Amino acid sequence: MSSYTHHDEPFYRKYIWSTDHKIIGLQYGFTALFFLLVGFTLMMIMRWQLAYPESPVPLVGSIFGEDGILLPEIYNSLGAMHGTIMIFLGIVPLAVGAFGNYIVPLQIGAPDMAFPKLNAASYWSYLVGGIVMMSSFFTAEGAARSGWTSYPPLAVIEVGQTLWLIGMIFLITSSLLGSINFITTIVQLRAPGLSWMRLPFFVWAQLVTAFLLLLAFPPLESAAVLQLMDRVAGTSFFLPSGLVVSGEILDVSGGGSPLLWQHLFWFLAHPEVYVLILPAMGIVSEVIANNTRKPLWGYKSLVFAVVFLGFMSFIVWAHHMFITGMGTAMSDFFQTTTMIISIPSIIILSAFFISLWGASIRFNTPMLFALAFLPMFGIGGLTGLPLGLAAADIYLHDTYYVIGHFHYVVAPGTIFGLFAGIYYWYPKITGRKMSETMGKLHFWPSLIFMNGVFMPMFIQGLAGVSRRLWDGGLEYAHASGVLHWNEFMSISAWLLGLAQIPFIFNIFYSLKFGEKVGKNPWDSTTLEWTAPSPPLPHVNFEKIPEVHREAYEYSVPGRKRDFTPQTVPKKG
Amino acid sequence: MDIPYTVEERSDTGLFNAKLGIWLFLASEVMLFGGLFSAYIFLRFGAPDGAFHEWGQELNIPLATLNTLILISSSVTMVMSWASLKLQDIKKYKLYMGLTLLCALGFLVIKYLEYTAKFDHHIFPSTNTFFAIYFTLTGLHGLHIIGGMIVLFYLWIPGRKMWLSNSEQFTNRVEIVGLYWHFVDLVWIFLFPILYLL
Ligand code: HEM
Ligand SMILES: [Cu+2]
Repeated sequence: MSSYTHHDEPFYRKYIWSTDHKIIGLQYGFTALFFLLVGFTLMMIMRWQLAYPESPVPLVGSIFGEDGILLPEIYNSLGAMHGTIMIFLGIVPLAVGAFGNYIVPLQIGAPDMAFPKLNAASYWSYLVGGIVMMSSFFTAEGAARSGWTSYPPLAVIEVGQTLWLIGMIFLITSSLLGSINFITTIVQLRAPGLSWMRLPFFVWAQLVTAFLLLLAFPPLESAAVLQLMDRVAGTSFFLPSGLVVSGEILDVSGGGSPLLWQHLFWFLAHPEVYVLILPAMGIVSEVIANNTRKPLWGYKSLVFAVVFLGFMSFIVWAHHMFITGMGTAMSDFFQTTTMIISIPSIIILSAFFISLWGASIRFNTPMLFALAFLPMFGIGGLTGLPLGLAAADIYLHDTYYVIGHFHYVVAPGTIFGLFAGIYYWYPKITGRKMSETMGKLHFWPSLIFMNGVFMPMFIQGLAGVSRRLWDGGLEYAHASGVLHWNEFMSISAWLLGLAQIPFIFNIFYSLKFGEKVGKNPWDSTTLEWTAPSPPLPHVNFEKIPEVHREAYEYSVPGRKRDFTPQTVPKKG
Repeated sequence: MDIPYTVEERSDTGLFNAKLGIWLFLASEVMLFGGLFSAYIFLRFGAPDGAFHEWGQELNIPLATLNTLILISSSVTMVMSWASLKLQDIKKYKLYMGLTLLCALGFLVIKYLEYTAKFDHHIFPSTNTFFAIYFTLTGLHGLHIIGGMIVLFYLWIPGRKMWLSNSEQFTNRVEIVGLYWHFVDLVWIFLFPILYLL
């Protein structure tokens, strides 16, 4: 063995400044779970104001001033930071940074990522970005207030945005380094015999995700640089001539365009929504194949669908801009591409549903979350179609309907997928299973309260209630008929918070008291289950595995066992 | 167990890891500058007719032409330094790498003269959208030059000892940095006409 395999590294090399993809994956995982909790807490606070407008927030109210009321400026800060934290500091780092880092090298039979130092740099850049973002809460100006979309001119003239932009540049750098690493690893380090069509679907999902991050993030980086210039160097990239602020004409050269920002932003942010969902789909595919004890239905069409979806996601961005007056020709083009991109998503979802057909399903906790993912993502996807049609979007744009739509995709969709992954791969990471009882105690309330939070948003949105309202719509006559839902949603959100306690507890409890298991507790076929649990530091496998078959050989008729790992040689 | 294909090529992809890595990085760089170029186009169409051209008259075309020549020469010397390594001639490598760095430094000095001349005439990024995008694009390009110079310098002197221990990997490193350097050169080839000539 060469110098690469140190077994007696000092603590900080092993757990802090580590280059082992497994440790980095765990660092990503814990940091991201922490940020998810932060983002969710901000929302639980905001939901108080929405349920009981202008009454003092309990417990934490004193932070917001003497009377404890959440003022509009702070509401806006919390809203913008909720979105930013959830997406850039929570979901993406968990789905890509944690799951991608830990699982991908194992599933392709590699000793580590292709560039271990770059991998560490990517995590640390993410952490710095996160700290910069969070520190903006403690500055005199406060945190950014212009939504996670940061539309100018508001974002340029409103306080608190500079740190947001700087934080963003770190986060973009981080995902750039990460995506180069993922693609190189998947292309170069596949174990002998692991041809493209033998890759587990999860690896495909991560590969396409990495390409989206690689190519979609840089335009946002350039946009962030331009907005930073507008704020610190006095340029007018996004400021039109003659802009009036507080009754006075703004003293800038003008001539810029707010629409330019929107184009650059959505060029990233549409592919970004697939970054949020694809890794979760990948996880769900693994869990479904394993617990239906059947090959994934239509593996090839899944692969083609996900690649096609990756390509298409670069030419749909302006469906977020139908009401900007960009013109009907543009709208026509983008609503057509949007309808086309829904096809691969439907193929993927249908293939998962068909996989369940006639299976003798094992209803363990990972499978419950994976099963719940399907209808929840389905609701999110289907409610998106009207938003992709220009005519319907004129009515629905910027209402709670939109908030309901994308949360069905990212909250009961992606987050359930990620939960499934945590329960599924926990035994690989720790050598123990998580408690099933607590898992179910986590699953059922989460399912119920998720729907309690987000379903009424469709009702409010269809009635025309706008998003980003500090009073939840109290001032508007048209909202009066549906406002009583606010309290219901808020209580659901707080109960949803409580429902996460068994989960958090389970993670730590099972470390010590979980049922001890061997290499392959779920009787699975893919490579990660041939490594020891936990896999060996730095090298993962005792010997680089050799692959002889496709990813999901479950219940093949005539075989003794109902699964055949990829490493079993073919006879004759 | 070492990470495979750090030096030798994988037979079915024909690449060693860092080579694929640098191409991916350059792809993302294309998107970064692509975003800024589209901003340029957007702003140019948004400005009054002919305004961009008129504002551009303030720029110093002879200096920029000289800079273009300097950068192209540096790309040539970069290739020569890699070729010298392939021919096992470390002396020539040192010479050509040194020349590349010298060109890069020359480019920055001229850029500095151009910038200060603008400031002396009270032209700043805030003057109009043309100078906003001019300073942003050339500034970002300049940062890429500086970043490249740091790596080139490392390979020129302190990192050169790898030549003795692992000459193949060292040659690979020079090759991928060379790819980056050509890309930065190429960006300038685009910047020069759209900013100075159009
Ligand atoms: C599961 C618990 C969650 C709850 C209860 C929740 C609730 C909400 C609510 C009520 C709003 C609208 C606020 C307003 O318009 O004033 C909102 C906005 C938003 N949420 Fe969530 N959310 C959750 C999870 C997530 C996740 C997982 C993500 C992302 C991956 C996310 C991303 C966003 C974004 C981007 C916005 C828009 C922010 C803006 O206005 O710029 N949320 N959320
Ligand atoms: Cu979109």
